[in-house]
Amino acid sequence: MRQAPFRILLGLFCLLVAVWLVMPTLVIIPMSFNEKKSLAFPPSGFSWQWYENFFTNPDWLSSFFNSLRVAGLVAVAATLIGTLASLGLSRMKHSGAGLLRAILITPMIVPGVVLAIGIYAVYLDYQLVGTTTGFVIAHTMLAIPFVIIAVSASLEVFDVRLETAAASLGADRFTTFRTVTLPLIAPGILSGLLFAFVTSFDEIIVALFITSPYLKTLPVQIFTSITRDADPTVTAVGTIIFIATTLIISAGLIISSKSTRS
Amino acid sequence: MSQTSHTPAAGGDHPRPAGAVQGPQRRPRLAAYPSLLAMPALALLIAAMGYPLLTVTLRSFSDPAWGLQNYFWFFSTPVNVTVLWRTFSIAAWVTIVCVIAAYPYAYLMTAVGPRMRLVLILCVLVPFWVSGVVRTLAWVILLQDSGIINSVIRLLGFDGVKLIRTQTGVVIGMAQVLLPFMILPLYSVMRGIDLRLVQAARSLGARPARAFLQIYLPLSLPGVFAGAIIVFILSLGFYITPALLGGPRSTMLSTLVQSQVLSLLNWGRGGAMGVVLLVATFVLLALAAPLMRQRHKQASRS
Repeated sequence: MRQAPFRILLGLFCLLVAVWLVMPTLVIIPMSFNEKKSLAFPPSGFSWQWYENFFTNPDWLSSFFNSLRVAGLVAVAATLIGTLASLGLSRMKHSGAGLLRAILITPMIVPGVVLAIGIYAVYLDYQLVGTTTGFVIAHTMLAIPFVIIAVSASLEVFDVRLETAAASLGADRFTTFRTVTLPLIAPGILSGLLFAFVTSFDEIIVALFITSPYLKTLPVQIFTSITRDADPTVTAVGTIIFIATTLIISAGLIISSKSTRS
Repeated sequence: MSQTSHTPAAGGDHPRPAGAVQGPQRRPRLAAYPSLLAMPALALLIAAMGYPLLTVTLRSFSDPAWGLQNYFWFFSTPVNVTVLWRTFSIAAWVTIVCVIAAYPYAYLMTAVGPRMRLVLILCVLVPFWVSGVVRTLAWVILLQDSGIINSVIRLLGFDGVKLIRTQTGVVIGMAQVLLPFMILPLYSVMRGIDLRLVQAARSLGARPARAFLQIYLPLSLPGVFAGAIIVFILSLGFYITPALLGGPRSTMLSTLVQSQVLSLLNWGRGGAMGVVLLVATFVLLALAAPLMRQRHKQASRS
């Protein structure tokens, strides 16, 4: 349809865009084996010291476990509350559903800093600054939109007549939900769970405000270590997260491709 | 979607399936009001977003004394107006860069085979696999004076360019973070465009450029609008990337809000800035929503 020179130009341009997209992720990996304590590229020498530092330094380890704990709790809470909300929204047939859905996903677009100072102000009053409860409440609120979007997407392709069929065969509502609805929307719930976990694990702006010396999450630790000193441990952490994510996503793809085949 | 037995109004007297009638009384009642299921989410939203935003708004009018003095201060201080203007101009630049980079990329995604498409989609998603803060650090490594980009530029025989702590650096970093939000909506719209329309235009004698401008571009505009508005709105609230990549001359509004509240403990002024940012976001959204809906209708009609 179009001439060859145009296609080559298009290909080159897109290659450049792809490099631009991927480069920041990949540049982290070689930097994490740097021998010197600097962030200058290219790295010199080879050492595991930044990985060693991550696994032995209590600051890094405790912030990592704090993040895991908060994100785990957020994933469970947001998935529960968000899935319930999606089920409710999908069953609402009047015009209020659209408005309610729009309200429930606003945390995605409210500027982070404005939300953060508000939450900080409220938390100061209620002594929630630097507490796990405080982090979980704020992050659950931020994660619910992602759960609603993911679960709603699978509810949209869910055939409601299946529920009617189950009910007509004598199943009560709970049995219908457990044996028909839940298994069919499970992929949506699972991806919602993952999104919620990542949202919390990665959240930095609100965390910077409600953090305390006693409760730091990993992004806060990363941010302070970048701004305070050029500590290459950050690149080791980035590489670990990248590899962990890659493994989880690959596992998810393999499982989902197996389950669709059977 | 074809079955409507759960309408709240009709739920009470609608004929129910045999099994449900025998169930306990309270279950049908919950089913009659499905919006109740969304109440926990709404309650949390009100407690963790509504109440905090209300607090910020109230303080902007009441701290240190009731009145509009914080807003007068905001709009009469040249620095603030400069930063407000710069925030919008950076957001506009980021949006322009994203549109230019994403349009050909999304088009290529629709034009290649399934295997190549998977590679292209992976390139869009890989940035999400590393936490946002780490990615910003990567941009520090790439953009610094001794960084890769400057090394390549010098290798090609040019003088090094100052990228870190400049507005250009901030735009490059922010656009990379936001590019997926532009590519994905564009791709979903472009995937639905019937290429036979372009072929028809060509067979009627239109040159490739004209067929593109008159047929393909208008049909893809809903995706451009959807992506651009998301990118622009998200850009306005950016905080981490400008804080790490920018210098004092590329401060954005979020940084000012943060320093008013955390460093100067001036909740009134910080709150007023926050409210300005919030209002700007929602006004843009309100302006864009009908436009986007209309364009979508047009696209689906044709």
